[in-house]
Amino acid sequence: MARAVTNQRKAINTAAAWIIGLLIFFPILWTILTSFKSEAQAIADPPIFLFFDWTTENYSTVMERSNYARFLWNSIFIAGGSTILGLIIAVPAAWSMAFVPSRRTKDILLWMLSTKMLPAVGVLYPIYLLFIQFGLLDNVYGLTFVLMLINLPIIVWMLYTYFREIPGEILEAARMDGAGLREEIFFVLTPMALPGIASTLLLNFILAWNEAFWTLNLTAAKAAPLTAFIASYSSPEGLFYAKLSAASTMAIAPILILGWFSQKQLVRGLTFGAVK
Amino acid sequence: MATKASRSAARVMMAPAVVLLLGWMLVPLIMTLWFSFRTYLPLRGGDQGWTGFDNYVRFVTSSSFWPAISTTLVLLIGVLAITIICGVLLAILLDQPMWGQGAVRILVIAPFFVMPTVSALVWKNMFMDPTNGLLAHLWRFFGADSVSWLSDVPMLSLIMIVSWQWLPFATLILLTAIQSLDGEQMEAAEMDGASVLSRFFYIALPHLSRAITIVILIQTIFLLAIFAEIFVTTGGAFGTRTLSYLIFQRVLESQNIGLGSAGGVYAIILANIVAIFLMRIVGKNLD
Amino acid sequence: MHLRTAFCAVSALALTAGAAVAQATLTIATVNNGDMIRMQGYTDQFTAETGIGVEWVTLEENVLRSRVTTDITTKGGQFDIMTIGMYETPIWGANGWLVPLDDLSAEYDAADILPAMAGGLSHDGTLYAAPFYGESSMVMYRTDLMEKAGLEMPDAPTWEFIREAAAAMTDRDADINGICLRGKAGWGEGGAFITAMSNSFGARWFDMDWNAQFDTEAWANTLNFYKGMMDESGPAGYATNGFNENLSLFNQGKCGMWIDATVAASFVTNPDSSEVADSVGFALAPDNGLGKRSNWLWAWALAVPAGTQQEAEAKQFIEWATSKDYIELVAENEGWANVPPGARTSLYENPEYQKVPFAQMTLDSILSADPNDSTVEESPYVGIQFAAIPEFAGIATQVSQEFSAAYAGQQSVEEALEKAQAITNEAMEAAGYR
Repeated sequence: MARAVTNQRKAINTAAAWIIGLLIFFPILWTILTSFKSEAQAIADPPIFLFFDWTTENYSTVMERSNYARFLWNSIFIAGGSTILGLIIAVPAAWSMAFVPSRRTKDILLWMLSTKMLPAVGVLYPIYLLFIQFGLLDNVYGLTFVLMLINLPIIVWMLYTYFREIPGEILEAARMDGAGLREEIFFVLTPMALPGIASTLLLNFILAWNEAFWTLNLTAAKAAPLTAFIASYSSPEGLFYAKLSAASTMAIAPILILGWFSQKQLVRGLTFGAVK
Repeated sequence: MATKASRSAARVMMAPAVVLLLGWMLVPLIMTLWFSFRTYLPLRGGDQGWTGFDNYVRFVTSSSFWPAISTTLVLLIGVLAITIICGVLLAILLDQPMWGQGAVRILVIAPFFVMPTVSALVWKNMFMDPTNGLLAHLWRFFGADSVSWLSDVPMLSLIMIVSWQWLPFATLILLTAIQSLDGEQMEAAEMDGASVLSRFFYIALPHLSRAITIVILIQTIFLLAIFAEIFVTTGGAFGTRTLSYLIFQRVLESQNIGLGSAGGVYAIILANIVAIFLMRIVGKNLD
Repeated sequence: MHLRTAFCAVSALALTAGAAVAQATLTIATVNNGDMIRMQGYTDQFTAETGIGVEWVTLEENVLRSRVTTDITTKGGQFDIMTIGMYETPIWGANGWLVPLDDLSAEYDAADILPAMAGGLSHDGTLYAAPFYGESSMVMYRTDLMEKAGLEMPDAPTWEFIREAAAAMTDRDADINGICLRGKAGWGEGGAFITAMSNSFGARWFDMDWNAQFDTEAWANTLNFYKGMMDESGPAGYATNGFNENLSLFNQGKCGMWIDATVAASFVTNPDSSEVADSVGFALAPDNGLGKRSNWLWAWALAVPAGTQQEAEAKQFIEWATSKDYIELVAENEGWANVPPGARTSLYENPEYQKVPFAQMTLDSILSADPNDSTVEESPYVGIQFAAIPEFAGIATQVSQEFSAAYAGQQSVEEALEKAQAITNEAMEAAGYR
């Protein structure tokens, strides 16, 4: 924007944006702070913001009580696996929808999205029975597969919107030069759509990481991810704010850090074809 | 460009995704339909045979049905309204020149990364608790009586929690859309003496309509299925029982699979009505 | 250590589930209560003694219930041991879903289990779950505040006295509420409390033909009394308070009285967690002179789902966890006040345990509760704070949601009772009782 902006106006903008930003972020900040307090200080009246006796006692209690590393590993495996698997299946589908559209393309796309509206609780029993049949309960592969299916519509749709922004002429030029379908997808299309693919990957990783219904109901001990980890801290007896905060921080920290480091990609890619 | 060969190739490439999703939709759907016509009580000896449309009738005539539908819609519309209005305002603010834009953006995005269970737990215990919650401290600091958020204003509290989670998503998408807004057009309008408001309504808003559509579409998909937030905060009490929560109660708490499945079929129908409604708008806006 | 765990996870994934199990590993679903969490700390000793590994699935009560119920009704086989209560055990046992625990070893001494507990965890005289701890409910009160109010708590108070005392102890400026009671929706939370309370007011859930009884005066009296007293002397937002919320209020010194599970006595008298540990007194749950008190009976117990591959190992664990030796193990390390209470007769005969201030009152409360005769008028169901029929959990959760809405002032007591009546009759009709 070429508008001349006075410093005064910039200062007002800055102040307003920072106040609102901090307000929105505050619950997370408060959780992190509380995780370093003793239980008594966590409920002190009036609340203490920074000047308390910092302690890591809550973290050691939580580590002692649960096998955090395994929950974390399961979360990474399930979220990562389901996203990558989803991409492998979705890239060709999105490609064909974007570059060889037929009359029904949009219907198919919207139908795919509508499968996401099935209420999970309504099909819990059928899915549970199927999982018993196939021996997939408490199995990371089974869960990975289910989460892939849940997020597949979003993945296809996001990729479709990115692919559509790529001008068809480039593909034709590549074809003139003798590129086959595979070369076309892997050497021409994919590099161009890389930012889009990266943000699809990120968004779906986050969605899979945070999914709390199937991950809780289809697992027991071996395959349980961090969503199950947090379910054991939700209301223990007595004072528990500090321990709850520590467990919460441990559950969200990995994804928060990942999200922050990759926020450029996420923001750049999150256009859903909205930008023309 | 679409030759016959490329068409059939396209079909082959689409097949895995379509077949998988079709399976994912049809298999549970058929099983749900099957259960919905049967008296299926796991705690009373399991499947006890056909019952016709009894489950369907019973589900709709239950005193909890219509309140559940209206709760679902109130939650959906409430969250959509808050996230879109606040999202547009926030996006406009974040688009203004300022110091530390990147850092502010990080702060605003953060809630999106928080698991729904965690955010519900944190809000319920550390903020909305009438005795030890931070909001209670704040209220008392100003001399007011603390509010019992989850029992006095349960829907408002729930909408607040869910909106907090989804505001970052709406803001991000709207922000990318605003950044692509033609600055010169705005300037020209400003030169012509158009007020801030009319510039907003005649230039910015139409430009954003597509992004808003996408926010509505994606959020609706997730909001219709909302569960963890209700389970953790109110357990469906105080009029926060949505349709999907009602189904949960029928299936898991009452252990009546037939009745719950009938509810599931209704939920699918509701989802499809909303989907068709959305597709009308989206279809127009997606070209 | 992290690397090693990650490596183990990877290698476990690489192998199939069956091949990975070199030695037996039990998967145990349990609730995140203090005593269970303490037990997890001692499982290493069990593994060292027997070579049997243990995987814990610790979940919050509501999540646990829906999780294990799904698994048992579909025969999912996810767990070798489940932590369940007095409500589930007889129903599941009757369905043949649990392994009978009738062949426990002689040194385990099954006859030592308190008869009230063994009775509630049996079906047709066969034990299906071994109690880890048992509880009734009683009044816990602040002796200092009681004194300040110029009152003296009788050993067996009436509701009238409780209400008066609550009003006298309430000091809103000092943030002291005369009485804290459960109001949270859920059959095992506020539902359990109000049902047990209603027994002492002469109310019951069903008449002998399974008709809902919420249109009776006894229920109206119960709810009006509860709401009246709580509005006068209860904490803000009591409609969302359950066991845990009240425990933390009491421990912070914000309650004059609290009527709840006897197991809470060890938490409120523990100086590590309670600010009022040295000024807590105990009394029987109140009555109304109608012959029934308002205390319940409950046990968290360990059961083995039928069809598990590791039945023998599971039983071995149950014998260890609910044995006299385990109680002594805890007593040695954490003191007698912290052992799991309410399960074994021998514990209450132990002179060391008799010195614990709440031991006698707990035993008296447990002994005065009779699930087979809980109501003033005759009722067709077994159970005090619940009716042991499969439909009850679903119905009572909805009913208690209506009650909680009345406590929060969203509807009147009359409206709540009307809805409760309709919900219950509707569901009983659907289930074929009426």
